[in-house]
Amino acid sequence: MPAESLPTIFLNAALVNNFVLAMFLGICPFLGVSSKKDTAFNMGLATLFVMLVSSAAAYGIDLLLTALDLEFLRLICYIAVIASAVQLVEMFIKKYSPALFRSLGIFLPLITTNCAVLGLALFQTAKEYDFVQSLVYALGAGGGFMLALMLMAGLREKLELARVPSVSQGAAMSLMLAGLLSLAFMGFAGLGGSHG
Amino acid sequence: MAESSTPTSSAGKSGPAPILFDREENLTADTFLRGLWKENPVFVTMLGMCPTLAVTNSAINALGMGLSTTFVLVVSGALISLLRNWIPKQVRIASYIVIIATFVTIVDYLIQAVSLELYAALGAFIQLIVVNCIILGRAEAYASKQRLVPTLVNSLGTGLGFTLALLSLGTVREILGNGSILGIPLFGSDFQGWLVMILPPGGFFVLGAWMMLFNWLRLRKERRTAASSGVTAHAG
Repeated sequence: MPAESLPTIFLNAALVNNFVLAMFLGICPFLGVSSKKDTAFNMGLATLFVMLVSSAAAYGIDLLLTALDLEFLRLICYIAVIASAVQLVEMFIKKYSPALFRSLGIFLPLITTNCAVLGLALFQTAKEYDFVQSLVYALGAGGGFMLALMLMAGLREKLELARVPSVSQGAAMSLMLAGLLSLAFMGFAGLGGSHG
Repeated sequence: MAESSTPTSSAGKSGPAPILFDREENLTADTFLRGLWKENPVFVTMLGMCPTLAVTNSAINALGMGLSTTFVLVVSGALISLLRNWIPKQVRIASYIVIIATFVTIVDYLIQAVSLELYAALGAFIQLIVVNCIILGRAEAYASKQRLVPTLVNSLGTGLGFTLALLSLGTVREILGNGSILGIPLFGSDFQGWLVMILPPGGFFVLGAWMMLFNWLRLRKERRTAASSGVTAHAG
């Protein structure tokens, strides 16, 4: 078991190796749902919740599969768990906030194919984190995802009012913005201790 | 999920559903070329962005990733196309995911056996092919409705289009950041690499630059057609 302390794991996942801006996981919702701040916040929250649930479940599944010597089934089991967790969140949001359900639209079921969620499950297995470490890692990753989404949404709301050259309108401008954000996040390197 | 909102129809019954002949398309050159260029998964439909940005810091990584994805795309497309009349509508997404995950596991072990170096470079992104939206998108939009041969051709076109896009990023980033192409140095030993290009921000910048180039080309074409139609309007 690695001797990483819990705050180090959290900072590493949230800032230094931010899932979106340093590891390129979850780019689709990052570019897709980041046009309004409140939608971005809710999307971040939903993803964070899915991450926590699937991280806990993935830990249990990994124990079971390792005990049974069935590691090659890991990928299939993880994706099934994530799909179920997303379904759960979807039902919950549909029941308690239909307006939010509509505003998230297609991106809610697409959390299943958000590579940040599956990536989290795979990384925590590769890093051999124990249960508490996994949960903290999920919290950091989800928080980092939310932070990146909120920052991007804030920038894009300002961008609505700016006149950008016609060549760089749309996706090109968003990518350039994301590049600058990513550059800014590189400033956190060294904060969380060892790289990885 | 999407299937929960669709009204339950006869497709939920066990056994083969009626074949929808009217929605099947014939095999044309367009079947192949559409995925390669007109509907290029990265530049046009903006799918599969995560591997596009993450593993394109060198041309060889881009090529490895592109070809692995193409393989999964073609093989899973073929299986889904063959099983399209037997998969019940309500559980189709789950079935596709399981099929895709199976082939990704095979690719994962295959790359590990063939080249440990490439395996280390691509890291978790090989396993993350499972959640590449391009594959699920093709499965849902094409393979689940079409016969085997068009599916194979279309998947191959899309896969090669994806590989092309990855290579166009990978080569630019490797040349700028490392001064080499496919590991062969281009500029001699005193070349100072533009380091940021092989670091994460470089991925965003290079893809953004490609998008700008395509925007520019599109705008120029639009202006020209507008200008030429304006001339004919005056003449007439």
